[in-house]
Amino acid sequence: MIYFDNSATTKALPEVLDTYRTVSEDFFGNPSSLHAVGGKGDAMLQSARKQIATLMHAKPEEIYFTSCGTEGDNWVIKGTAFEKRQFGRHLITTAIEHPAVINTMHQLEQLGFEVTYLPVDHRGFINPVDLKNALRDDTILVSVMAVNNEVGAKQPLDEIAAILKDHPNVHFHVDAVQGIGKGLMTTLRNPRIDFITFSGHKFHAPRGTGFIYMKEGRHIAPLLAGGGQEDNQRSGTENTPAIAAMAKALRLLLTDEDQKVAHEQAIRRRIYEHVAKFPNVVMFSQLTPDFAPHILCFALPGVRGETIVHAFEQHDIYISTTSACSSKKGTESSTLAAMHVPSQIATSAIRVSLDDQNTLAEADAFNAAFDQVYAGFAKLFPTPQQ
Amino acid sequence: MQYSEIMVRYGELSTKGKNRQAFIGRLNGNVTKALHEFPALRMHPKRDRLHIDLNGEDADAVMARLSKVFGIQSFSPSVAVAKDMTAVHAAVLELMAATVPTGASYKVQTKRSDHDFELDTNEMNLNLGDMLTDARPDLVVKMKDPDYVLRVEVRREAIFLSTKTVLGPGGLPVGTAGKGVLMLSGGIDSPVAGYLALKRGVAIEMVHFFSPPYTSEQALAKAKQLTTKLAPYVGSIRFIQVPFTEIQETIKSSLPEGYLMTIQRRLMLRLAEAIAKKQGALAIFNGESVGQVASQTLESMVAINDVTTMPIIRPVATMDKNEIIKVAEDIDTYALSIMPFEDCCTIFAPPAPKTKPNLDRARYYESKLDVEGLMQRALDGIQITEIRGSDEFMAQNQDVIAELL
Repeated sequence: MIYFDNSATTKALPEVLDTYRTVSEDFFGNPSSLHAVGGKGDAMLQSARKQIATLMHAKPEEIYFTSCGTEGDNWVIKGTAFEKRQFGRHLITTAIEHPAVINTMHQLEQLGFEVTYLPVDHRGFINPVDLKNALRDDTILVSVMAVNNEVGAKQPLDEIAAILKDHPNVHFHVDAVQGIGKGLMTTLRNPRIDFITFSGHKFHAPRGTGFIYMKEGRHIAPLLAGGGQEDNQRSGTENTPAIAAMAKALRLLLTDEDQKVAHEQAIRRRIYEHVAKFPNVVMFSQLTPDFAPHILCFALPGVRGETIVHAFEQHDIYISTTSACSSKKGTESSTLAAMHVPSQIATSAIRVSLDDQNTLAEADAFNAAFDQVYAGFAKLFPTPQQ
Repeated sequence: MQYSEIMVRYGELSTKGKNRQAFIGRLNGNVTKALHEFPALRMHPKRDRLHIDLNGEDADAVMARLSKVFGIQSFSPSVAVAKDMTAVHAAVLELMAATVPTGASYKVQTKRSDHDFELDTNEMNLNLGDMLTDARPDLVVKMKDPDYVLRVEVRREAIFLSTKTVLGPGGLPVGTAGKGVLMLSGGIDSPVAGYLALKRGVAIEMVHFFSPPYTSEQALAKAKQLTTKLAPYVGSIRFIQVPFTEIQETIKSSLPEGYLMTIQRRLMLRLAEAIAKKQGALAIFNGESVGQVASQTLESMVAINDVTTMPIIRPVATMDKNEIIKVAEDIDTYALSIMPFEDCCTIFAPPAPKTKPNLDRARYYESKLDVEGLMQRALDGIQITEIRGSDEFMAQNQDVIAELL
């Protein structure tokens, strides 16, 4: 099996699951319990928090555990809206965010908030000038993803941070669900960034894990009220085994990050250079450094994306249409639409997404399968092949 | 750049007349103890300072230890260089490049113990000043209150250069003021009181009352962990845990509620005194702060202090809570102190303790108890642990946790 759908989810690593199991058995106490069993659970929880903070060059009290990336996005956006509504009701995001951001914004619009969706160019990038023009006195939040989940465009976070320096009261949120372990640490640690969302299952941790970074001194309203866990910001009994497993997965991910990024780049380049040669291929992701190393999105106009996915499945290769979250609905990709890609091309887009577990040999196998898939669909292509 | 020695200046003890020798001997002993992890170091004690030859050991790590040895006024890491002006110039430039940033102000200050050296003090100042004016035009010379002082010492064996003087913790060498016991609860105040006792040169032993099952193992571990925070100032501290359950239960069941706290404290103080005498300690230290809680009003102190004539020293007696917290944060005990484990002062606390207990009544109620028997059984159950700074009592599973993460 060749698994090239790592932006949808990754397979949990065996050593990460070992930690999950051992912590479930030996550190199962509720961290809030007063007795020694609870104390043991709490020691594990706080050690995991400390490790993640160190890896993220942050303070332990700036790390809050969540259940997934969607929760993190919802929390930062709604939490800002609730906390700062007396100061303004205007939020800014981009047209290509993940549904966890876009649909949260839609909910807020129904509650009377105003949202500006920044457009992107044909390559998938917002223009910082648009952001500058969109900022108003009543803007309370700017939310921009680090890496687009469909085409891999790395958004200009440093330029945005520079603009927001003059607007110190605006919360700056970055959805980095696709950006962790992809060579972006320096950008993510830009001091102007206030909030960052992460999801564990994108880096070989178990499902149901995630965390947000919340810069010291920033405040948002909690979404989950209850027993006061996570410094009263996110109630709910802590998922200690999964959190410990995530801390380990993050450490493994960030070990030799540069080499892993270079490795993914090499695999992606090998596939790109092969498929881009074919006449009926439209590339969306590019090899330039402003694209993430692990995402490759392209289309075979004339063939529906899901048909291509199933064709590769015959070769035991697993890829996706654009994003897993929208692929089953059969709708066209929102990112490609925002890039003004014509609908008949956008619906034939597929996404190959890699991680450090993949190999160059798998890229060669993919390329060989691609030749067959391409030949098989030739009669569907709009321009007859000469 | 590699420092070759650290020059330590003694503090207040330089003025202590005839006791000087004893003080310096104790300080050098304490420094040696604090630096036992660095076998390559060589100590050279002098009249008013101590030279520590680094012999390749890490200067920063050594200085971190020195910052916890009371009696040290300040210290300077310095570079030794051969008595040759070409070599001195090169070393000065290297040292200044590493420690003095562009645009800073400075002056040169030379001291000479080797009077045979070719340049005298003034000539040395001028020579180095001239050289620096040419080589570091970015720096400004300033005689009064400069940012940096380049200290040059011409000694028989070499010339020593330094630009940095780090303030030491001050105080008196621990042990020079005798020994006391500290009543350590687990709260914020008593560790600070212990720190201040150590700072005045008093060696302390911890007396901790615990009441299982009313107080947890964690509360005991916390008190021991707090002791690890003070141990680096002395090397190690003796921790004496005193079982207090029977006394608390007896008082609770036989005396009126309003006097529970007062009588309990009298018994604690009696036990502390007995332990102090046995350990050869001359005074009792505690973390009481006037008026903070019911047991710390002046009236309460009268009713409690009554049981002993041994000096009771209350280093934080007149400090505000915020001032105490500030010190607790500086000595890294605050985060531990606020961990929420019941200690024996809070359990059995009556809803309305007497803030103005009457001395005669306190004596009367206490006389109804078998004080001697209760004390004897408590003293028989004492356990003693020698605690060092590197000991770990709270996080028993850290190795396992590190392995799993």
